[in-house]
Amino acid sequence: MISLQDISFAYPSAGFRLEIPRLAAASGERLAVVGPSGSGKTTLLSLVAGILVPFSGSVRVGDVEVHTLGDVARRDFRARTIGSVFQDFGLVEYLSARDNILHPYRISGALTLDGATRKRAEDLAWRAGIGAKLGHRPGALSHGEKQRVAICRALLTRPPVVLADEATGNLDPETKGVILDLLFSCAEAENATVLAVTHDHDLLDRFDRVVDFRSFRQTMPA
Amino acid sequence: MTSTLYLAVQYLRFHAARSAIVVLAVALIIAVPAVIHLLLDASERQMTARAASTPLVVGARGSTLDLVLNSLYFTGDRPPLTSVAASEEVWASGLAAAIPLYARFEAQGAPIVGTTLDYFEFRGLEVADGRDLAVLGEAVLGATVARDLGLAPGDSLVSSPENLFDLGGTYPLRMPVVGVLAATGGPDDRAVFVDLKTAWVIEGIGHGHGEAAEADDLLARTERNVVAGPALPTFAEITPENIDSFHFHGSSDSYSVTAVIAVPNDERSGVILRGRYLDREEPLQIVVPQDVVDGLLATMFRIGRLIDTVVATIALAAVLAIALVFYMSLELRRGEIETVFRLGCRRSTILRLIGAEIAILLGAGIVFAAVVVSAIAAGREDLALWLLGSWE
Repeated sequence: MISLQDISFAYPSAGFRLEIPRLAAASGERLAVVGPSGSGKTTLLSLVAGILVPFSGSVRVGDVEVHTLGDVARRDFRARTIGSVFQDFGLVEYLSARDNILHPYRISGALTLDGATRKRAEDLAWRAGIGAKLGHRPGALSHGEKQRVAICRALLTRPPVVLADEATGNLDPETKGVILDLLFSCAEAENATVLAVTHDHDLLDRFDRVVDFRSFRQTMPA
Repeated sequence: MTSTLYLAVQYLRFHAARSAIVVLAVALIIAVPAVIHLLLDASERQMTARAASTPLVVGARGSTLDLVLNSLYFTGDRPPLTSVAASEEVWASGLAAAIPLYARFEAQGAPIVGTTLDYFEFRGLEVADGRDLAVLGEAVLGATVARDLGLAPGDSLVSSPENLFDLGGTYPLRMPVVGVLAATGGPDDRAVFVDLKTAWVIEGIGHGHGEAAEADDLLARTERNVVAGPALPTFAEITPENIDSFHFHGSSDSYSVTAVIAVPNDERSGVILRGRYLDREEPLQIVVPQDVVDGLLATMFRIGRLIDTVVATIALAAVLAIALVFYMSLELRRGEIETVFRLGCRRSTILRLIGAEIAILLGAGIVFAAVVVSAIAAGREDLALWLLGSWE
């Protein structure tokens, strides 16, 4: 499903350089990415999502050669193909939980909001345990509830790839497990590949595979 | 587009106070200059029309502006008083008809104009309800005064003392309302008209009282004279029962008026009449209201242009402040924008979203301004009159 080959990327001004000879993940696979801070884990997710374009090498997601797409096409690809969950939740403060879940459909020209999507959003929310709070704004939700909203938003488009960047980083130990269960169960229902950056080694045994970024060649700032 | 508008509305609702301030600022930027010009135009029309219909005004030497404002609009500072002999002088010239005016007193905030029935004919004033002045002490109201005070024929109103500490002054006079004039859209709508003699009664020159010789509490009595005490009743209302007791003291030629409107027989008569008041030793002056009003309007429009400059400067500052608000808002929303980019939002969508927010705020501001300007435009003639009336 995901395939990165001979990737070279750098932030010259920060003195950072990342090289990934090969990295692949199959459909439905749950892959944890670990490594020290600043080692390029988030950069990897950005390359897969088409937010960043490698200096050289190829990024393929399904049949799409992501690195060859133009700006608008990469954004549309991202809206259709990638579900993203962030450590800081990335919710919009002025929208209700319902509108946050539906947000990708309102901001992307590649998606069309219809009644079936609204129904699916409701179903996802109830499944995530936040059905009763769909009318609440993020300010009225706990961290765990916010992350549930973010997971519902990420999975609403039925993306084949879910990228989670420290998705449990802001949560207490008990909630971490619950949120990961929710993420995995929802992803499994869609046979989505999960690529999750985490610092939480207690959760690694719940992934199919762990990629340690120390195995890639990096030049990190001193 | 629906989604963009939806998101824009949600954002603006969430920041309701800030949105309201921006809308108000936009509305003010648009409405203030428009309202100023509406009122200046209406004032110009009012003043020009009134001045053009008043050929000449005679009054005591002093400010020509005060003389014109007082005799045409019953407002401004009261000009120096002259005597009713000025009116006789105009009549005696055979060059013009004279209409004396005594616009010195007020009743419940409206100017009392003492004049003759010639004034009603001269201005084309018609009684819409009730009848003309006929008996001493009666009042006919302008349409606006009657409406504002809720008065109609059969009611009465009381003249106001000239100041609160006028302990030695005359009693306020209760005047029966016998008529209400049809609205003209001019200053006459805001005035209370009485006969010239009634104005002199208000001044205290004329008065009525009981028979002193028959009073019980006399201070002194001799064969030739009686001295009445404070118990002698002084009438504060002229009624059919006491009207015969009203009388005037002093020479009738010396009774006061504020101005005399002179209506020349023809243009030549007007020129000759004006020539008779050119002598600087002459205690009276004659003015052409149109000339005085033209000078005043020139000043008003110079001030208007100055106001335009000030408003434009303030508007520029307000626009810059609004731009700063939007810029700071974008800075505060940097996280939100980065997130939506990560979710697949196109740059054009963000531009459309911000554009929609600006359009909604500008649209709401324009609608608000249009409502305010329309409301003021509908009542601009009354407002201009009110502004002229409050020009003290």
